[in-house]
Amino acid sequence: MSESQQHDAERPMSGAEIIVRALIEQGVEVVFGYPGGAVLPIYDALFQQNSIRHILVRQEAGAVHAAEGYARSTGRPGVVLVTSGPGATNAVTGLTDALMDSIPIVCLTGQVATHMIGNDAFQEADTVGITRPCTKHNWLVKSTDDLARVVHEAFYVATHGRPGPVVIDLPKDVCINKGRYQAAGGVAHPSYRPRTKGDPARVAEAVELLAGAKRAIFYAGGGVINSGPQAAELLTELVRATGFPITNTLMGLGAYPASDPQFLGMLGMHGTYEANLAMHNCDVMVAVGARFDDRVTGRLDAFSPNSRKIHIDIDPSSINKNVPVAVPIVGDAGSVLQDMLTLWRQRGSQGDRAALAAWWQQIDGWRNRNCLAYRQDGKVIKPQHAIKRLYELTRARDAYFTTEVGQHQMWAAQYLKFERPNRWMTSGGLGTMGYGLPAAIGVQIAHPEALVVDVAGEASFLMNMQELATARQYRLPVKVFIVNNQWMGMVRQWQELLHGSRYSESYMDSLPDFVKLAESFGAVGLRADSVDQLDAVIAEMIATPNLVIADIRVEQRENCFPMIPSGRAHYEMILGDGASADTPDVTDAGLALV
Amino acid sequence: MSERQERHTIAVLVDNEPGVLARVIGLFSGRGYNIESLTVAAVDATGQLSRITVVTTGTPMVIEQIKAQLDRLVPVHRVVDLTAEGPHVEREMALIKVTGRGEARIESLRIADIFRARAVDSTTESFVFELTGSIEKIDAFIALMQPLGLTDICRTGVVAIARGPAAM
Repeated sequence: MSESQQHDAERPMSGAEIIVRALIEQGVEVVFGYPGGAVLPIYDALFQQNSIRHILVRQEAGAVHAAEGYARSTGRPGVVLVTSGPGATNAVTGLTDALMDSIPIVCLTGQVATHMIGNDAFQEADTVGITRPCTKHNWLVKSTDDLARVVHEAFYVATHGRPGPVVIDLPKDVCINKGRYQAAGGVAHPSYRPRTKGDPARVAEAVELLAGAKRAIFYAGGGVINSGPQAAELLTELVRATGFPITNTLMGLGAYPASDPQFLGMLGMHGTYEANLAMHNCDVMVAVGARFDDRVTGRLDAFSPNSRKIHIDIDPSSINKNVPVAVPIVGDAGSVLQDMLTLWRQRGSQGDRAALAAWWQQIDGWRNRNCLAYRQDGKVIKPQHAIKRLYELTRARDAYFTTEVGQHQMWAAQYLKFERPNRWMTSGGLGTMGYGLPAAIGVQIAHPEALVVDVAGEASFLMNMQELATARQYRLPVKVFIVNNQWMGMVRQWQELLHGSRYSESYMDSLPDFVKLAESFGAVGLRADSVDQLDAVIAEMIATPNLVIADIRVEQRENCFPMIPSGRAHYEMILGDGASADTPDVTDAGLALV
Repeated sequence: MSERQERHTIAVLVDNEPGVLARVIGLFSGRGYNIESLTVAAVDATGQLSRITVVTTGTPMVIEQIKAQLDRLVPVHRVVDLTAEGPHVEREMALIKVTGRGEARIESLRIADIFRARAVDSTTESFVFELTGSIEKIDAFIALMQPLGLTDICRTGVVAIARGPAAM
């Protein structure tokens, strides 16, 4: 510690100054937020420094989603600052989203002064009570001297073990009062010590199982992304060394290069035919940083019935939660993959090459069904075609994609191909409509020169479109690519397939003119009505150095396939070409599974 | 999947900080786990640690989940499944009020003696008995008091500790 720092540490500072200083010490460069009465002292402290940039969103949910986009695309924690009461409650959706998808977020919320807590004061809400189930941990700070320690602890908890959102609730008087700063080095959390190194015996067992496998598959999720780019490289090395196929979850896209022939695409409800059938028929499954979500497994009692499963996860509660596994390994994906790779190489085993060839032959048979094929005939743009062209016209760039939630999200997961981690930001676990635009803003803030596209549906976009003003204010050249079918497409699809085509409240009436809307926000509005305009609009969108809304008018009644209907197993997929003739027979129990 | 329900007594050592009990209870209610009994109090001299004893029921898979979910709460130091880890002692205390006169009143006192319950309050028409023991013992005592004028029951919930020299 230098002399001036030491001097600072002893000088009593206001709580707000302590908070800002702790953020700086934690390496925070950007805070996404919205001011209000309870956080005015913190905003005042932010005003008087130049290390941290504040991005003013237009609604607090947007602040958390923007921080999520920032975090996912950089691997660093996203930081949010909102006021008490409605500021905090508006942030709840984003916090829940970050909890479900394991995104490190530190959210500072204002609170009424300590002596007013519990008195139903103006803009008071029980923020720690409300956010307890939707954060990894939260704190209400009651003394200014505790502030620095809690901020440092919060960053530690948010980023260690399975990452997640944390909330620090900051009463106004605690921010105004004077107190002492404490440097991060002296702060060790008293009890939270997540295990990162896998049990060597289990790792050896896993490698033996894999070496003896005839039909193995890797199933990798967001945990690999969270572990860092090195984990994705190690996964790629291990998969290539073994020769087995790999599928990624929605959250895991980019953890393995999509152009690699061993990659089977995404699995699950809207996953590829080959990925789901390979999961169903494998004899050994290696789950890495994935949590056997219901959208992945389909009907649990029919999920991959004949395989022995290895599960690598940093969160012990993810193991044996939905699916019993033979070899559980608690640890960080990167660390365990490194150990497995070392052991695999030491073993010098090639595995059963004949069995591997037969396995690939079987998989190639499934691949030949070409499950993502669609027919682009006539002038009306097929949504799949719009996204496929978007991919093809952007593939030469190191582009970042966010999505909203619905059909367009699944098509984006199917037709965009990711070669690297941290390029794909989507709301997986919570399925939050309105996520994509603010997330794209967070990504663009972190990567100002990059091409950042929000693949959107018109319904989702309307949920947080106020953030166009944020993008405009900071001159962020985000591209909003609206796959506009004038329906809540996924709702409409389920109503068609499962509820007798009774389209209850899923039509998007009274849509705005998106081109004029763009112009009113100082953005560029583009529209494609027919397939011959599509490429030119995408090219213009990419070439425009400003905020763009591209309104892509697509076929209204297109359904997203392949699809595993609710309550069905992996082998019971509906494919696109058979869709109209093959209406699934779904039981009430299946319907309830959603 | 086994649907066999098991009862487990789980000890949890936590930081004694505001909201920690709400976190534990919220975990059980939020994930649909059962709580049969729950006790909590500070247990070290400086008041930094509290020990929670929770009795719960579930399938073996659910019990494993409960332990893993508890262990991942940030203020939780240790989770020990006393039922799974070997012999342990479980005790509960109850205060039980019985009102009545005549033969029933005498009989209640006689049974209390057999159960080694103490009368901690008495009037000419009532007793308050203090009784310590296993859940089953207290259940049995309550059942016997039912026809003898039982009017009020207060139970602490189970506290439990492993037998032998090893500490948690």
